[in-house]
Amino acid sequence: MANNTFPPESLQQARALVSSLEAGNEADVNQLLDTLGKLRESSLFHELGKLTRELHETINSFHLDARIAALTQTDIPDAKERLNYVITMTEQAANRTLDAVEQSLPLSTQLQERAAGLRAPWQQARAAANGALNGVGDQITAFIDEVENDAVVLQRHLSDALMAQDYQDLTGQIIRRVITLVHDVEQNLVGLVRLSGQRMGGAAPAPATAVAVASATVLEGPRVPTLDKADSLKGQDDVDDLLSSLGF
Amino acid sequence: MNKDMKILIVDDFSTMRRIIKNLLRDLGFNNTAEADDGSTALPILQSGSFDFLVTDWNMPGMTGIDLLKAVRADAKLSKLPVLMVTAEQKRDQIIEAAQAGVNGYIVKPFTAITLKEKIDKIFERLEATA
Repeated sequence: MANNTFPPESLQQARALVSSLEAGNEADVNQLLDTLGKLRESSLFHELGKLTRELHETINSFHLDARIAALTQTDIPDAKERLNYVITMTEQAANRTLDAVEQSLPLSTQLQERAAGLRAPWQQARAAANGALNGVGDQITAFIDEVENDAVVLQRHLSDALMAQDYQDLTGQIIRRVITLVHDVEQNLVGLVRLSGQRMGGAAPAPATAVAVASATVLEGPRVPTLDKADSLKGQDDVDDLLSSLGF
Repeated sequence: MNKDMKILIVDDFSTMRRIIKNLLRDLGFNNTAEADDGSTALPILQSGSFDFLVTDWNMPGMTGIDLLKAVRADAKLSKLPVLMVTAEQKRDQIIEAAQAGVNGYIVKPFTAITLKEKIDKIFERLEATA
């Protein structure tokens, strides 16, 4: 029977067992219990044998699968490298922004203070000029106010920009956890390959290069310097050089 | 609370240390030093005369909670005010930090105002019990 653990004879045996029990026939009961027991064991062994064979074949094909080799030898290490590079890139960007902010803040503070400091002397000068400065004078007074007020606004925005760089710490922490996860998966995969290799008597997995795809059809994405391939260019200058060598 | 007090900023991300340093400077605190891990921070604290410690939790060598415990266990440092600034915000962690003797706890992301308020509060309490 395909779906049953127990073959149809077992029902027959069970009926015989009930009869023997009712008749109090101890010898027959023991013998039937034995037979039923053995039937069960052989079915289980049959299933176990089938499962073991399937597992054996899966491990075998797993070990020899060139994609597994590519994963453990190239793709996963590359993935970790890319994630680390993301952290580096965000650190550089955040630092560049902080540089700009740190240099701008004192400028805006200075503007505010100078404007505030000019107000009184300016009013005195206007009063002493007796109306000679009236036209442009009003504009200058307004300008002094504007500078002082705008400097305060500038400082607020610059402080916001400063605080916003906290994204680098938070995203960096999250990415580090993903790197750890990828690393754990990698270790497990390597362990599995090694284990299956031992079972298979050391048949070597197909080398990663066996699955190399024509590079023209694979888009690499942004450049990760430590993963540069032989035909990767390294920036605008390289691109311009190549184009001009082609006649552009 | 003295604006000249010596503050140690500890975080494994240099950008975060830089942000905190700037915020402290905006509040008038210019006397700051930095460390990138609990393990590098502890000897710095032991050799210098610091008045305030601002630390992250999650750091690869020695974590902030272990740094806090080491500070509280050291006779010379046990009274040092400690402010934790961290992304860790599980109930149990906050309880653990409180039980280990932290003076303030800020969760990331935070604002400049929050930092000012918590620092003020820490030193108000210390001065009240002094």
